[in-house]
Amino acid sequence: MPISPAARAEAARLFTAFQQAGAQPVETDILQPADTLLDLYGEDIRSRAYVTWDPLRGEMMLRPDFTVPVVQMHMAHGADPARYCYMGEVFRRQDHAGPRASEYLQVGYEVFARDTPETVEAEVFALFDDLLTPLRPRAAMGDIGLLVAAVDGLSATPRRKAALMRHIWRPRRFRALLDRYAGCVPAPPARLKLLERLATGRPADLMAQAGPALGLRDPWEIAERATALLEDAATPNIPAREADLIDDLLRLSAPAPAALERLMDLGVDMPAIRPAVDRLATRLAALEQAGVWLSQVTFEPNHGRTTLEYYDGFVFSFHSDRPGLPPVASGGRYDALTRVLGQGREIPAVGGIIRPGVVASLKGAPA
Amino acid sequence: MSLKIGVPSKGRLMDKTFDWFGARGITMTRSGDEREYSGRVDGIDDVQLVLLSAGEIPRELAAGRIHLGVTGTDLIREKLADWPQQVAEVAPLGFGFADLIIAVPTCWIDVDTLDDLDAVAAQFRARHGQRLRIATKYHRLVRDFLREAGVAEYRLVDSQGATEGTVRNLTAEAIADITSSGETLRANHLKILSDGLILRSQAELFAARAADWSNGHRATLAALTSRLGIDAPDLP
Repeated sequence: MPISPAARAEAARLFTAFQQAGAQPVETDILQPADTLLDLYGEDIRSRAYVTWDPLRGEMMLRPDFTVPVVQMHMAHGADPARYCYMGEVFRRQDHAGPRASEYLQVGYEVFARDTPETVEAEVFALFDDLLTPLRPRAAMGDIGLLVAAVDGLSATPRRKAALMRHIWRPRRFRALLDRYAGCVPAPPARLKLLERLATGRPADLMAQAGPALGLRDPWEIAERATALLEDAATPNIPAREADLIDDLLRLSAPAPAALERLMDLGVDMPAIRPAVDRLATRLAALEQAGVWLSQVTFEPNHGRTTLEYYDGFVFSFHSDRPGLPPVASGGRYDALTRVLGQGREIPAVGGIIRPGVVASLKGAPA
Repeated sequence: MSLKIGVPSKGRLMDKTFDWFGARGITMTRSGDEREYSGRVDGIDDVQLVLLSAGEIPRELAAGRIHLGVTGTDLIREKLADWPQQVAEVAPLGFGFADLIIAVPTCWIDVDTLDDLDAVAAQFRARHGQRLRIATKYHRLVRDFLREAGVAEYRLVDSQGATEGTVRNLTAEAIADITSSGETLRANHLKILSDGLILRSQAELFAARAADWSNGHRATLAALTSRLGIDAPDLP
């Protein structure tokens, strides 16, 4: 379905508002090199983006979002600090018939700034909140940093912590790992059998019995992991109390001021999250200062764990109550993304997008 | 206009399909010489045989150019997005059994499950600076399966044949492919992950939702399914 005039008009209005807020308008190519996106998001991006082929540049993707090219542009020749805004189509492949659009408009606002991160986060959220207020959307926020800090504070080996960190954005897998490390569920029979076999001899001998060395993965890499598995099996479980606290953290959902109170309580038993809770307190104060009505904003530490995994701190979204509609807006902090794309350099960054098509439908115009 | 039924144009799949229909009183024969891709159907009126490559049958069904088609479950699910919206399963045919599986080198003594594969993928990326490669021609099925399982740091590389050789040739670290007896895997020193079964496939009779089911075609389908002793599918 083509983009409606109402959606275009909303886009233009929001784009102007972002410029009035001090952002410099920027453009990006629609055709993006597939390599960069594949490296960032993994194979999964292929099922979400349109892949095409350029005779000279190789595999390309139709822009699935603006954030990556905007970060690249900023890292190449941006001022510091900088505020950018953009407007244009993004393309998302849909593998199931249904109402989800495979091309739609996004209008976005991104801030690259090193100082006072919480103030910058509040600036972005308050700007979105202000623009969307007439639609009366439900606002929600979270902070991936809380869960990261909580995992870091677990009484677990660095290897186990790394495995949990890797799966923060895959909640089901994270849960399965945590349950296993806490001894809530026994190791699967296949793993027990594997451990039994590994215990019968030196890795080199077992490998020689198993078959010829094959492929790029070196025998010493295999031996190293075999040894690590045996070590891991002998590692004490994460104490049940600590796993329960992670549960409490992930189950928390409350208006922001009440959530902060609750997190301060949790911080008594989970000292590792205290710095992240302090940052949340600073952020909430800055939001209040900016005129955001915090009691109307739901805070959930679980928020933003199922989106594309580049948000690594503050995250937010605005939803309507209308069933079947995607979020009106979403965004967050993505410092790690700038680290990956900056090849050694990094700059703290926070931003978000609004879907003008959804705004237009909520105002009563056809999407 | 006759009801068109697409059948694999050669080999064991064609023979077995002919046998299956023959055992139920419907005789399919290739006309002319071995090289001519046309045939006839006896034992029922208004049914036309269309001989096609098994790999093209999903596409022809999706387009509605044939009403019915015999092909593998694997090909339907790999080639058609949202396949239940496009075709209806009419009957499993009980031959052409094959499993789509994930296999790794037998020398990987530390790997038995998808859990291990995931951990190894992370280790591999950290060591080699690239994602662990899995060679396959079943991109959709493998990607969906690994997403469900929470395996992340891999990359698919396309392999349209001799997939079992890719690990030895250093173009992949693991494979996802169809196997029936597992002999080729063993010969290439590969082992199947204990939870690495992606799909059990067999030959199936499918009906195209997009085909023209007016003009008496529905009555022909009813007559055919009743002769075959199976239920007619629900179609629009």
